[in-house]
Amino acid sequence: MGEIHVMREDLRPPDPPPRRHFISIKDVTRDDLERLMATARTFERSLEREVKKLPTLKGRLVINMFYESSTRTSSSFELAAKRLSADTMSIKAAGSSVDKGESLKDTAITLGAYDPDVIVIRHPQIGAPQLVARVTDAHVVNAGDGKHQHPTQALLDLYTIREEFGRIEALHVAVVGDVLHSRVARSLTQALLLMGARVTLVGPPALLPRGIEAMGCESTTDIAAIAAADVVYVLRMQRERMEEGANFVPSLREYTARWGVTPARLRPGQKVMHPGPMNRGVEIDPRVADDADALIEAQVRAGLVTRMAVLYDLLVGAPAPVPVGEPVGVA
Amino acid sequence: MLFAKQAPKESLVVRGARVLDPVEGIDAVMDVRVDDGMIAALGANLDANSHKVIEAGGLLLAPAFVDPHVHLRTPGREDEETIASGTAAAAAGGYCAILAMPNTDPVVDSAATLGSLVESARTEAEVPVGFLAAITKGQAGSELAELGELADAGAAGFSDDGVPIASPGLMRRALQYGSVTGRRVALHCEETTLSRGGQMHEGAVSAELGFTGYPSVAESLMVERDLALAAYEGQPLHLLHLSAWESVQALRRAREAGIAATAEVTPHHLCRTDEAVRSLDPNLKMNPPLRSADDRAALIAGLQDGVITAIATDHAPHARHEKEVPFEAAPFGVTGLETAFSAIYTQLVEPGLVPLETILERMSAGPARAYGLDAPRIAVGAPANLVLLDLKASWRVTEDGFRSRSVNSWLLGETVKGRVRATVAAGRLAYSA
Repeated sequence: MGEIHVMREDLRPPDPPPRRHFISIKDVTRDDLERLMATARTFERSLEREVKKLPTLKGRLVINMFYESSTRTSSSFELAAKRLSADTMSIKAAGSSVDKGESLKDTAITLGAYDPDVIVIRHPQIGAPQLVARVTDAHVVNAGDGKHQHPTQALLDLYTIREEFGRIEALHVAVVGDVLHSRVARSLTQALLLMGARVTLVGPPALLPRGIEAMGCESTTDIAAIAAADVVYVLRMQRERMEEGANFVPSLREYTARWGVTPARLRPGQKVMHPGPMNRGVEIDPRVADDADALIEAQVRAGLVTRMAVLYDLLVGAPAPVPVGEPVGVA
Repeated sequence: MLFAKQAPKESLVVRGARVLDPVEGIDAVMDVRVDDGMIAALGANLDANSHKVIEAGGLLLAPAFVDPHVHLRTPGREDEETIASGTAAAAAGGYCAILAMPNTDPVVDSAATLGSLVESARTEAEVPVGFLAAITKGQAGSELAELGELADAGAAGFSDDGVPIASPGLMRRALQYGSVTGRRVALHCEETTLSRGGQMHEGAVSAELGFTGYPSVAESLMVERDLALAAYEGQPLHLLHLSAWESVQALRRAREAGIAATAEVTPHHLCRTDEAVRSLDPNLKMNPPLRSADDRAALIAGLQDGVITAIATDHAPHARHEKEVPFEAAPFGVTGLETAFSAIYTQLVEPGLVPLETILERMSAGPARAYGLDAPRIAVGAPANLVLLDLKASWRVTEDGFRSRSVNSWLLGETVKGRVRATVAAGRLAYSA
């Protein structure tokens, strides 16, 4: 037939990538985070060009498996892969064979048959990314597993803080709200501690997990504690997780009155972050959300470049060469 | 109360083993002769007659084990375990008797369902098996099952294992009726309003991993309630699979106060802590969950000083596809019949935490007494219930090594020390390797 066979191995870089997966902040080092942020900054510069697409991951396949609703994470992973010229496929639980009762393992094996380079997975259950990693050969990126981890969110938050303050070490970050149900709080706290920051968790007693201080952070139920922080990181009240009769707080109204982040509770110049989507008027006062000191839009922008960095790091390896690549002509 | 398949009784001589029976006070190298299933002689250089001879130099011969807590999944989930496969697994683990829990489909809450299990056991059970019946109809916690009729039909005891009895009033009635049936009531202690949604022990590890916690107090609160009711009614009870420090303390106080309470602990709670759950391996998910190092230490201390008198596997087989899911989606339960002794020998005896004699007693006479069964013993005239152990043998726990139909062992891939070489159960050589 005269076909040209290109061995997969020929397309691989000579040195194996340092990390197979990006599943938990617990698995990475401070050096890893520094390298990923440096790579992200390179990509940020490349996105300032008129043609934003880079050929770096041409011919690679990135599959996004989203078992939970998501706007910013799924769109930024998809765009990150496309900006790097990778092929992408997005599988959502609704409308797929998951609807027909297929197990995660079987779905992962099925998609694994297409030989994807990366599988990005968001799943409501803790441990789903580990299961996918066990049954496929792909690099697995955790885009959020239950209440466990959301490591790329932590990375984009670190990046945002670093861009704003020029450093992370010795900064004081107050994380406010529903820590119990928050994968964002867990992965961010670990990442900040790894980078040498101080973290105080603030929230109602039933939403501060018992024993969380063992991670190396502080915790308090007193909202006044946020005034001492350089950054106030507001968590979303996860109303969908507040099942009837759980009584985590007496009411949302009382939550807002006691723990809502309002202008009166902030010092001038304090930076405010939120992973989105926001419940305006619940955990965050609209005036705070729209204030110039809010870094919320910067977080979204950081999401794209840090996710590009993660894909690049897993597939091409570290350290990031500069320049990362010339733009290609057609977007 | 125990049922096994009909088979000719064995005549054999076990030659040259170290014979260790802590209850009978025997610890000597000698021969043991079994005539037609009964221990006929103990001593040096016994005449073999025409008996089968098991050369056992360098091995340990002890009273065989009794497991008071096994899930045979029959009727309803014969894909996971049957009476035949579960009792074969028991034989391989050194057990001469096991008790099966009634949380099957249908629940064992009628004489008819119990009767069909007894019939099956009489044709397929490799070692004698007893069946616990449910305390409440359908284990629904609202109406007592017909406990008297179930006892007459051969129930070895009563339990709603897996489901706590929420109502103190109903619990009281069940204890009161114990005086009629003469059978032990065995309780799964869990206050579900505290444990709801719980995936693992509540503590630093669950906080970090993000799992909903199942706090120790969810168990100990119910232990305290049930001990108070037992004290008030003057009735005995048996506490299933204790996991928490607070529960051990409550039991210790109750026993000192003269309450006839017994309790069991599992090999996994004796050997592992919640730290192990960091692996997110669904084979470390069980109810009650693995708890903290302090809890584990209290369980070991309780076993050591006799507050806890029985080791029970809580052998809970699950289909492979049901465990090959994210940790949160996996059912509770792990298998244990074929690894119990090796796990405990490796993790407790070898490091010097608990003497071998204590372990042998807690795996045999202790559980038998908790349910009023005859304790296996090495004495002339006693039925032969013997386990032959190789304490020097190391082996790796692998999926293909099990007689159980399920492979959800918490020890998969690990190397353990101490291996069962032969099991004689009710006078029959049920296993040899």
